[in-house]
Amino acid sequence: MKRVVITGAGTINALGHNVPDTLQAMREGRCGIGELEFRDVDRLSIRIGGQVRGYDPEDRFNRQQLALYDRFTQFTLIAAREAISQAGLVFSGELAARAGVVLGNSGGGMTTLDENYRSVYEDGKNRVHPFVVPKLMNNAAASHVSMEFNLKGPSFTVSTACASSNHAMAQAFQMVHGGMTPVMITGGSESMLCFGGVKAWEGLRVMSKDGCRPFSANRNGMVQGEGAGIFVFEEYEHARARGAEIMAEVAGYAMSSDAADIVMPSKQGASRAIKGALADARLNLTDVGYINAHGTGTAANDKTESAAVADVFGAHADRLMISSTKSMHGHLIGGTGAVELLACIMAVRDGVIAPTIGYEELDPECALDVVPNEAREADVNVALSNAFAFGGLNAVLALKRFT
Amino acid sequence: MSSIKDRVIGIIAEQAVLDPSDVTMDSTLEDLGIDSLGLVESIFAIEEEFDISVPFNANEPEASDFDISSVASIVAGIEKLIKEQS
Repeated sequence: MKRVVITGAGTINALGHNVPDTLQAMREGRCGIGELEFRDVDRLSIRIGGQVRGYDPEDRFNRQQLALYDRFTQFTLIAAREAISQAGLVFSGELAARAGVVLGNSGGGMTTLDENYRSVYEDGKNRVHPFVVPKLMNNAAASHVSMEFNLKGPSFTVSTACASSNHAMAQAFQMVHGGMTPVMITGGSESMLCFGGVKAWEGLRVMSKDGCRPFSANRNGMVQGEGAGIFVFEEYEHARARGAEIMAEVAGYAMSSDAADIVMPSKQGASRAIKGALADARLNLTDVGYINAHGTGTAANDKTESAAVADVFGAHADRLMISSTKSMHGHLIGGTGAVELLACIMAVRDGVIAPTIGYEELDPECALDVVPNEAREADVNVALSNAFAFGGLNAVLALKRFT
Repeated sequence: MSSIKDRVIGIIAEQAVLDPSDVTMDSTLEDLGIDSLGLVESIFAIEEEFDISVPFNANEPEASDFDISSVASIVAGIEKLIKEQS
């Protein structure tokens, strides 16, 4: 089997419009969550989120492109440009024919849906823009990445709610690992921060009105974010031969399904995915120094996830660090695992552990080292990234320092 | 029109797939087999029925004044909200 390394990363999210700014914000424990700004926000009871700010689509795309790119596609392309430019890859000939793009996404073009429903239902119009369908389809982002970069290999979108990006990256890893292709572009994106998107989440009554405080006893729900995270997964020999800079090694993954409940998480399902990722990566429990938690800040997730980690790691659970960066960038739903993988890269490459900010009170049911409020320097060889989705679909990735 | 109590019992009975006569004031939601999703759905139905807004966050059920410990406490909470919000 081939070794798989990461040779490029890109992002745009509430913490920054690129990877260096995002990592800097994570180091500083900065919060990207604030008052939401969009039409009809006054009709919502949940009015906070991790919105991408200071962003003008017209600075990045021309009029024709914007007619086809929903916000989630725009974010994806911005992140893909950063990742692929860092990797220094140009796709042509045999490489273009084999390389593809597998992305995670849950909601598709929610802003496009929202605007067009409003136009036909509320404004009573009987005509919509001709590109509504190609703009809102979940695979639009993956398709536009394939077109912009000439990726002609296996390309598709994975949709498993909050685990979408991790499932997508696991799939891309598997393709490179198994020798199907030397390079895959992967990650994910989401942009549900519009009236209809937040209204739908509001209905479930799991959102916080005042902040995301994962693992803290006074947590009261999740806060949504938006953005994208994109990576270049490359076969090690291919990267080495062209002298590419390697950020980290993807060591393995596992997926599991709870087969139990449509919204409540399961300790067993989470444990099986964590254990499976370690087995796939041929790692020992004690190798793991950091876990980027799913850590949504809901009552149910954080205690179930803590119990699963305690269960799998036993005594080592008290020696590893686990943090939820959702406290800073919010929950990007289908794009969340991708942005969170950046924190894992920072842990194994730079020896900096991103904190769980907003942490105020110990919860005995989440009594792990959650790296409260301030980033920490630590020598970490292996990091895991957890994602446990609604619908009970779990995916955990294992990242290793490249040596 | 039936009383607030009867209308609430009707909603809870429908959620629990029981006959309203099987829902007593001292029943708990757990007794009736209503789980967290069923609770959120019942609250939605109650809000629609009475055109009120129930301050309930599934993450901290105990933090709101809305007491869900029994059918009686739910009925009392709704009577209070209707008075406040009318």
